[in-house]
Amino acid sequence: MVEFRVDRASGLPAYLQLGRQVREALRLGWLQPGDRLPTVRDVVATSGVNANTVLKAYRELELAGLVEARQGSGTYVKSSLGSAAPEALDDLRAKFAAWVREARSAGLEDEDIDALVRAVLSGGSDDGAG
Amino acid sequence: MGIHVEGVSKWVLRDCSFELPSGSVTALVGANGAGKTTLLSLLAGLLSADSGQVRADGRVAFVAQDKPLYKHFTATDALSFGKHTNKVWDQERAVGWLSRFGVPLKRASGRLSGGQRAHISFAVALGSRPDVLLLDEPLSELDPLVRKEVTAALLGFVADEGTTLVLSTHVVSELSGVADRLLLLAQGELLVSGEVDDLLGSHVSYVGPVSTAAPGPGDVVLARHTAAQSQFLVRTPSPVSVAEPWVSRPVSLEDLVLAHLEVAE
Repeated sequence: MVEFRVDRASGLPAYLQLGRQVREALRLGWLQPGDRLPTVRDVVATSGVNANTVLKAYRELELAGLVEARQGSGTYVKSSLGSAAPEALDDLRAKFAAWVREARSAGLEDEDIDALVRAVLSGGSDDGAG
Repeated sequence: MGIHVEGVSKWVLRDCSFELPSGSVTALVGANGAGKTTLLSLLAGLLSADSGQVRADGRVAFVAQDKPLYKHFTATDALSFGKHTNKVWDQERAVGWLSRFGVPLKRASGRLSGGQRAHISFAVALGSRPDVLLLDEPLSELDPLVRKEVTAALLGFVADEGTTLVLSTHVVSELSGVADRLLLLAQGELLVSGEVDDLLGSHVSYVGPVSTAAPGPGDVVLARHTAAQSQFLVRTPSPVSVAEPWVSRPVSLEDLVLAHLEVAE
């Protein structure tokens, strides 16, 4: 079962934060097709977000084809995210962990690493600028 | 529509208009003296407007900031009072709230803590199963840990019942995800009104070298300059990314509220 957290200080709307956390859980295999998402009521009670926000997040995930609402029974994961096989994912994760260790021993703070990853992802120069 | 307000003026309030759909959760924010309590009292029907129209659909419950209770009343007395003064009453729900937060039922409220008295007021309001629930600074008596739990419990209640909730608050940093709509008052004027998600999507902060003008589109809400840096918080329907050396950053709900309030000072 995923437990949602909302970062109140973030500029990202709360419903997008919830959606992102579901995607993350799908990508990491914490949520599998067929799993049920927590009920709206449960999310409200555990994370103190309002019901409209949770509904909006679930609707958005439904539109993206990731989950489906089943009448009277809840919202279920429909498809998984990421085409990588679990072994490939484990391998990539291990490599990335090694890279992060290297970056830290080179004196990079988490924030620097974050900035670097984002620069590379956004197609910026990969020659060490950052 | 849960609440409909059009062109309302009263004392400090000037020409306020907004609509809140039923089942929405709205945060009413503003400095002291901005007119929050006046507005809530108008919505509750405790005051009548000098001009304009106020309509709240269904039964309304209002919990005032000072959470007034007779000193000699116990929690049980307060619920009994609530039961006899409301057409609709849900004793189970009211008692459930008190036991959830460990409020002694038989002790005179004068000997209870501020937080416990607040819970009695909440229990009476929730027991009346309102369609519209108005809370004036509901969390001010509670410590931060309990605030989170109470917020979640209140949101659970309004979700179950489809209640329209309006709460005024000073604690802007805890609002994100709690409220889906924002009403921002300054000196009796409604500065900002709308859905929180839309507001977050239409404000952006540009940060870069010292400059007299913003590097991108939008109405400048607040500009800040230091010796090395300028920052512009702008409002624009569709934020764009700006060219280097500028960066655009999303704006948190707290930044947004504080910027609008600072300008209104």
